Amino acid sequence: MAAAKTKQRILSANSPALGLRLLLLAGLSIVLLVIDHRDNHLDTVRKAIGATVYPLRVIVDAPVSLWHWAQGSTASRNQLQVENSRLNAERLLTKARLQRYSALEAENARLRAMLEARAQVRDQVRVAEIMSASSNPFHHVLVVDKGTRDGVYDGQTLVDANGVVGQIMNAGVLSSQSILISDPDHALPVEVNRNGLRTVAVGTGDYDQLDLPFLPNNADVQQGDLLVTSGLGGAFPAGYPVAIIDSVTRIPQEPFAVVTAKPAAALNQIREVMLIWSSDETTTEAVIDEVAVVDEESTDE
Amino acid sequence: MSKDRAMRHQPIIVSIIFALMLSITPMPDWAEVYRPDWVTLTLIYWSMSLPRTYSIGGAWVAGLILDVAQGTLLGQHALALCLTIYISVKFHLQLRQFPPLQLTATIFALLAFYQFILFWINGVVGVNPSAEVYWGPVVSGTVIWPVLSMILSGLRERARI
Repeated sequence: MAAAKTKQRILSANSPALGLRLLLLAGLSIVLLVIDHRDNHLDTVRKAIGATVYPLRVIVDAPVSLWHWAQGSTASRNQLQVENSRLNAERLLTKARLQRYSALEAENARLRAMLEARAQVRDQVRVAEIMSASSNPFHHVLVVDKGTRDGVYDGQTLVDANGVVGQIMNAGVLSSQSILISDPDHALPVEVNRNGLRTVAVGTGDYDQLDLPFLPNNADVQQGDLLVTSGLGGAFPAGYPVAIIDSVTRIPQEPFAVVTAKPAAALNQIREVMLIWSSDETTTEAVIDEVAVVDEESTDE
Repeated sequence: MSKDRAMRHQPIIVSIIFALMLSITPMPDWAEVYRPDWVTLTLIYWSMSLPRTYSIGGAWVAGLILDVAQGTLLGQHALALCLTIYISVKFHLQLRQFPPLQLTATIFALLAFYQFILFWINGVVGVNPSAEVYWGPVVSGTVIWPVLSMILSGLRERARI
């Protein structure tokens, strides 16, 4: 009797309960997958699990921040002086530019008042540091060190000094995940700065390239054109630079031109990003599914 | 007794957490494709050696954490991990008898199976995949396996489990 029990215990790893448990867990995973794919009802679950990952991220990031700290504290006096003078010069320059900018802004407000248009209010900006970048080639995801505690919300725009970086996908309490504009699942409404031509820029999974799949062959775009956010779709505030047209290939028998653009922000080299609190109230909606919508529209025609 | 057991299992838990950390460590772009599936490898090792304690339940939880950490669909890594670990638990008696070379070949197959499930889910969801990105972790994981299993068995002897 006892011997039989020991034997059963040895083999118990292969007991039928294992198969049953597998079925249960696999079923549960598939249910989770479906719910998560269809809509975002699992945000709270994600946030709860995300809170357990946060300390790991801090530890993983520690060597890098330590290195930066060490670099900063061991920099020689000479180096610091050079940097200081450089920064001072830069500050003067930007100050000068800013003066012109404020004059322009005043002029713009005056003109807008003349046109009886709504004056554009300045956006609020806050710097966030990147804690980690995606480790999955199909999902260009950044984790930043600001969360709902700092007022971050889902769909918030991220920019760096040169242009749009992405938007917050999942705001946690202490840190948030954001999707980059180069993610294959991401699309954002843009316009050509030169002539106001509106289109959609879609991520390709390559940090250096965006696709503009919905431009007809006779569209007025050229290499070197600057694309800025159009503010349509409500997710991104208008007027931020997004990308510069890289190449325009017109194939006569195809309905659409093949247009690619290079993001203005160096998406795989950033350490800090700026979160934008747009003064517009309608900016909370996400446009991640925009491509799908556009696809449907184009098949309807 | 149970406290003593918990103490002895501490190194294993630490090794799994360490694997999780390795899988979210920032890496240069070119190396990203060749990041081994640390969590999968570690869990395969422990499920093979201690199939009763480290089975598909633990793998599922680790998979969920991986999903959140990498921002993939919730349940994707969880499903792939628990299926892979199921195989390694199911055949743990055979796997333990394998000579090192044959075991490494089996690990290759297991990792390929794991990546195939991820690939399949991505395909269903509509992410356009390119093949090399899936083969990278399989190859690097197979290469790293002998070293990793040596480290983990050292850990296991130390903890006397």
